[in-house]
Amino acid sequence: MTPGEHPNRRELLAYARPTGWQNPDPTQSYDLLILGGGPAGLAAAEYAIDRGAKVALIERHLLGGVSLLTGSVPSKSIIRTSRLYADMRNAERFGAVVPTGIQENFAAAMERMRRLRARISKYHSAERLSLAGVDLYFGAARFAGLDSVVVEGATVRFGKALIATGARTMPSVIPGLEQAGYFTSEDVFDLTECPPRLLVIGGGPLGCELAQAFCRLGSHVVIVQNEAKFLPKEERDAAQLLSESMARDGIEIHLNTAVVSVRTAATEEKLVDLVSDDHKSTVAVDHILIGVGRTPNVEGLGLEEAEVACDPVPGIRVDDFLRTTNPRIYAAGDVCLEHKFTHAAEASARLAVANALFAEQAKWSALTIPWCTYTDPEIAHVGLYVAEAKERSIPVKTVTVLMHDTDRAIIDGQEVGFVKIHLREGTDEILGATIVAPHAGEMINEITLAIDAHIGLSVLATVIHAYPTQASAIKRVGDAYAKLRLEPPPAHDISRPDWPTN
Amino acid sequence: MAESEEQLLEQLQKAAFNYFVEHVDATTGLVADTSRKDSPASIAVVGFALSCYPIGVERGWIARADAAAQTLKTLRFFWNSPQSTEPDVTGYKGFYYHFLDMRSGRRVWQCELSLIDTTLLLAGMLTAAAYFTAPIAEESEIRALAEELYRKVDWQWARNGGETVAQGWKPECGFLNAGWEGYSEATILYVLGLASPTFPLPADSFAGWTSTYQWETIYGYDFLYAGPLFIHLFSHAWIDFRGIQDGFMREKGIDYFENSRRAVAVQREYAARNPRGFVGYGPNFWGITAGDGPGNEELRESGRDRRFFGYTDRGVPFGRDDGTMAPWGMLAALPFSPPSALTAVRRMIERHSDICVGSRMSSSFNPSLVDQGGWISDGYYGLDQGIVVMMIENYRSGLIWKLMRSCPHVASGLRCAGFEGGWL
Repeated sequence: MTPGEHPNRRELLAYARPTGWQNPDPTQSYDLLILGGGPAGLAAAEYAIDRGAKVALIERHLLGGVSLLTGSVPSKSIIRTSRLYADMRNAERFGAVVPTGIQENFAAAMERMRRLRARISKYHSAERLSLAGVDLYFGAARFAGLDSVVVEGATVRFGKALIATGARTMPSVIPGLEQAGYFTSEDVFDLTECPPRLLVIGGGPLGCELAQAFCRLGSHVVIVQNEAKFLPKEERDAAQLLSESMARDGIEIHLNTAVVSVRTAATEEKLVDLVSDDHKSTVAVDHILIGVGRTPNVEGLGLEEAEVACDPVPGIRVDDFLRTTNPRIYAAGDVCLEHKFTHAAEASARLAVANALFAEQAKWSALTIPWCTYTDPEIAHVGLYVAEAKERSIPVKTVTVLMHDTDRAIIDGQEVGFVKIHLREGTDEILGATIVAPHAGEMINEITLAIDAHIGLSVLATVIHAYPTQASAIKRVGDAYAKLRLEPPPAHDISRPDWPTN
Repeated sequence: MAESEEQLLEQLQKAAFNYFVEHVDATTGLVADTSRKDSPASIAVVGFALSCYPIGVERGWIARADAAAQTLKTLRFFWNSPQSTEPDVTGYKGFYYHFLDMRSGRRVWQCELSLIDTTLLLAGMLTAAAYFTAPIAEESEIRALAEELYRKVDWQWARNGGETVAQGWKPECGFLNAGWEGYSEATILYVLGLASPTFPLPADSFAGWTSTYQWETIYGYDFLYAGPLFIHLFSHAWIDFRGIQDGFMREKGIDYFENSRRAVAVQREYAARNPRGFVGYGPNFWGITAGDGPGNEELRESGRDRRFFGYTDRGVPFGRDDGTMAPWGMLAALPFSPPSALTAVRRMIERHSDICVGSRMSSSFNPSLVDQGGWISDGYYGLDQGIVVMMIENYRSGLIWKLMRSCPHVASGLRCAGFEGGWL
């Protein structure tokens, strides 16, 4: 059975694009017309309809967008299964017996993923949208002017519009790759058999997450990253810990390495030529997964008709209020943002609608957006990096607590990682934070709240955290800060001798 | 083991010094990277050797004339060595390849033209020039050659059009991709680069490099973070950072010397915590740094699955850490933390006498590999022996610091980097 024939796929389609769906008859102008039914579009529709607006939403393909169909939901689902296999193999570390004959069942992991994806799609179904009062259209939409869109031959007029068409994987320009064939996140979750040997190109969040997951699900994974570290935007210590974790999993790592060409051998295996400085090598794999680059979905939208400007990166040109060059039209989510995350897409959509329909003057730059790479350990960040603070001439001090100093992390056997909180030097103002921990994505929310609510690190130190929790590492950072203010760094037994000066 | 501190240090320092006597090529003056059979020369080790000869003279281990002759032989070799883009020469643009054939002096292993290793070589040359100041022909030639070799180095080219310098270059591929990020042993590189009378680095290159610094509070210590211990030692072997501050340290209210003391304290705190449960670690057993290791493999030791590394950059507290310690690291930290270093060294020699045969420290050892009776690095590394000789001397007399304070290029480079105060 192919993924397309699977009952879970049919269930997904029933929610995300019901068979025989009849588009409404557009008899009136809408307060808000939304192009795209991904996280941004859905969040915008819900926000606007809850506030009494007349809303239409046009989706070209399936409701749910990348996040549901080929992004966060499926990837986190197989990551969960892959963590279980890793735990089973490491059972002895936890005082348990390693199960005999651990046999990865890739198909079962993928089936679970499809089941969960179908279930989650129910919460964003066409039926629910319609019941909420949203006029839902399926089909390719194209602007026909400054205030109208044509979909399936019908002209839909709007007072304000929101472009939320998302982004997709950027086509690869590696010689031979197109001919050899490759997966992207858009089709890799259709696999039903585990690739014996998988090459992952790109050490960003997607590449790292899927490389580790596929490795733990039974693939021999080779990952190639053209920079000196994984997750180039993250702090080097975080990237270093991730690199070590992936190496422990058995992933073959090639950093500072470029894929220069791909050839297909007579055996159907793919021969991938690599170059790192002056070192050339070739790896043979069965499948290739591209994990780099996203390009905005703007083709065919008729942006020029609507006088909406667009750049290749990051996409639709917007101001800090997420307004495009056409004051009637706003944009949100991956189609216009540098940070292409589901939660950022949703937040931007709500902000754009508030500005478009309700005359708010909310600024995108004022929002605090955390993010997380769901590897093991997870790497989460919020706010400024040290380098960014320095670029703004903000003096920075970082207070760090290692997870190996946290009781619960020791108990859990999850000591690799840290909580780093960046402060404005001389104050307890939190500028940013990076957490490396098994559940860093959960922990970062506390710091996001602190930044958003202008709560200083001194206050976090006074917040009682349940014991034992890994999140208490955040309180310990506050404690470390408070201690420094009380006393200078300990001198221990180091005494400065009377040095000769000439 | 020697009873008094002075006796112990004399023994350890002399044994380390003798590495250079034993492993120098009689024709080129090049010094072997390691004591292993057929080891090529390392230009950084040559830099250490040139810095150690004056110490040997002052300690009475080598006659001044012999030290000067050895130094001159080495400088003449570099002066006459071929420089071009050909793949088998000695250097290019005034820089030198990391590893050279001991006898021919030509590039081996298709290694990189190394900026930091050239810097350590130049530091050795300038140390020699600062020491051999007698108005005699040999010593005059030492001073002249050291100056000219320093002037030949094209630091501006090494930026590859960027703000900061690249790590290396190869004729096969040009500049290497890897760059510098964070505090490292490169302080001395920028100091010498900024002071160049011929091809100086621009003043903002130092600021560009320090912009990647991480000022962190770890285990209760505020310090400029770098994981491997050697980073906190190498530039200090030549430059006396006590009481002088650049812009960064002025803002933080300490100097780089104090920073290294805190780095040692963090090493000890980490070892006391010993989060990965390695054998031996404790407040008197530390020294996690770049160096040799047991090898890249997974082994089951003491009921645990362990991952071990070969030659790599170990560090604390974020890793890498595979239970491998550098005995020389504790000794080389002597100026920063005399009681800690001396206590640790004494205990280490008492408990693991096999890592200090003939009073010469092994590069590294791993007592966690108990099933194999512990692992000890084969032979000796010149870098380790050089830093031990120099740092013991800096602790005992301050000789190298004193010499380099008198070197106008060092003072000029420090000022260009924004250093002020103290002896400067």
